[in-house]
Amino acid sequence: MPPPSATRSFATVSGRVIDELYTAESIDALDYERDLADPGQFPYTRGIHPTGYRGKLWTMRQFSGFGTPEETNARYKQLLKAGGTGLSVAFDLPTLMGRDPDHELSRGEVGKCGVNVTSLADMERLFDGIDVGAITTSMTINSPAPMIFAMYLVVAEQHGAGWKTLSGTIQNDILKEFIAQKEFIYPPRESMRLITDVFAFCAEHVPRWNTISVSGYHIREAGATAAQELAFTLRDGIEYVQYGVDAGLDVDAFVPRMSFFFNSHSDFFEEIAKFRAARRIWARVMRDRFRAKNPRSWQLRFHTQTAGVSLTAQQPYNNVVRTALQAMAAVLGGTQSLHTNGLDEALALPTAEAATLALRTQQIIAHETGVTGVADPFGGSYFVETLTNQLEAEALEYFSRIDAMGGMVEAIERGYPQREIAESSYRFQQALEARERIVVGVNDFVAEDEPPVGILYIDESAGETQLAKLAALRSRRDNRRVEQALEALRSGANGTANTMPLLLDAVRAYATIGEMCDALRAVWGEYVEDAVI
Amino acid sequence: MAAIRVVIAKPGLDGHDRGAKVIARALRDAGMEVIYTGLRQTPEQIVSAALQEDADFIGLSILSGAHMHICPRVMELLHEQRLDDVQVVVGGIIPDVDIPKLNALGITGIFLPGTPMQAIVDFITRRARARAGLAEGAGANQGDRTREA
Repeated sequence: MPPPSATRSFATVSGRVIDELYTAESIDALDYERDLADPGQFPYTRGIHPTGYRGKLWTMRQFSGFGTPEETNARYKQLLKAGGTGLSVAFDLPTLMGRDPDHELSRGEVGKCGVNVTSLADMERLFDGIDVGAITTSMTINSPAPMIFAMYLVVAEQHGAGWKTLSGTIQNDILKEFIAQKEFIYPPRESMRLITDVFAFCAEHVPRWNTISVSGYHIREAGATAAQELAFTLRDGIEYVQYGVDAGLDVDAFVPRMSFFFNSHSDFFEEIAKFRAARRIWARVMRDRFRAKNPRSWQLRFHTQTAGVSLTAQQPYNNVVRTALQAMAAVLGGTQSLHTNGLDEALALPTAEAATLALRTQQIIAHETGVTGVADPFGGSYFVETLTNQLEAEALEYFSRIDAMGGMVEAIERGYPQREIAESSYRFQQALEARERIVVGVNDFVAEDEPPVGILYIDESAGETQLAKLAALRSRRDNRRVEQALEALRSGANGTANTMPLLLDAVRAYATIGEMCDALRAVWGEYVEDAVI
Repeated sequence: MAAIRVVIAKPGLDGHDRGAKVIARALRDAGMEVIYTGLRQTPEQIVSAALQEDADFIGLSILSGAHMHICPRVMELLHEQRLDDVQVVVGGIIPDVDIPKLNALGITGIFLPGTPMQAIVDFITRRARARAGLAEGAGANQGDRTREA
């Protein structure tokens, strides 16, 4: 076998071949005012804030949730005490798929990948003793996003926190579910209606809420390249704006509350360039394609998570280093908020110790490395500017192809982005097997007899607890009121009424997530994808 | 020897199908007949697919932590259907403490994160040959655990 150095390839993790040296010639077509501009100036390539992180650090938002709402509530209090500055809720699969714990498909899944939230009663327990008016909460929920959001709004009401000032984010991004993450319930067009209902409702009632987090994270995790992540995410964003406009909304009334979510993978410079390209593309699309007038519609704000897929089960402590470098790329790319993964997340959900170390990683970057003092420190780098230009060009090329298909919903129905991603992920795996790409501890520098790390083991007790609570809830609540609210929801879904007020009524009656989602299933049916391999 | 027939299945509610798809392609490229069930299959649906497709192997891709619910049920249904000669392998995130329990169910291969595709191809090929009596192979139920490259 040749030594590892003989098989080194000079290509990025996305397979982009890179030159040995970049010079002034590489970027001689670049126009500073047109293509870069100072931070805070259109097209925001160098950042949306004139002073970078001097005015405000990014939000350190650790995605977290497991077991029962009571267990997760304790973890949240610990994260806030450790200096976390926002919450981010990870729901379990039954919640994400709109199924109650007593549904057949929920067996064995309750509380495993996140926290189980079945009804308003669970949401009350999840935020017990946490001032939802004083923090911002991000909720990773998509198909049942309006139901979960309605529960959060009612909890805010109970805490005396007014909707007009309430801030946070729901992911609410169904297109990337069809493309990558696959937690869809309803067909694409009905799903898009739920999203535009949230846009319209929030523009009027919850004006500071981020109504969507258009997500590339999952697209990248499914195997996309950096360019595909960038292209499909921003094209999804365009689709949402188009549907909002088609539903009669004014662009500048809802686009300022749209946010984005990217992956920060291992290829340091390419990732920084990706974030910069994203801002430039979005600014131009919003101004030129949608004629948005409000600068806040032009400014792409985003959350970042380090790449879960880059974590290895082998030599898990190496993951601390990977995560730190990926987090650094996100910060140098100007992220507004950041999640750093735990070292044990290739094995399980993180232990409390691993979650704390991940947060400390961000604090060290923020307070010890000096990178927060200057906005866009890589601006003008021959290499990073070249990568930024290349990524932008590749994304625009994908936009043309998807536009030609009629839009992203149509492209998804044809399986186009799904196939592109499957190709990339297979190519990556082949490069790994051929050792064209080295992953330390996996296909080189392998250690025999690794000491095991302690992991968080989630047993069946959360499932049993949630089942018992659900049975008690069903006997305690006013079931006639629940049925009336669900009937109103079904009839609203059949017509054109905004579903949010109907969902709020159902939530207040303690209807469960499964009952609310079933009401819409009865009207809209369920989506089944054609599996492509 | 006829082509080895493998049903690759995604049980449970999880939609993370990257691993299942990559493995399906790798097995197909290695000359096997691969049937991918798609997402959210119940144990009943998976066993029924194995029966209809005359499968030699079932590959379950599970990342959600539901393996201790799903695997026993699949094995029980295979037995009920008299499909005990169908071998079951599992790929995904399986805590160490659960591996002996899965082995005890008769699950013959458990492939953890970082397992090379070739290791899985080799494992299935070796087991299929052993079953067909064409070569010396590992015993059917010794519970290989492929973790290292």
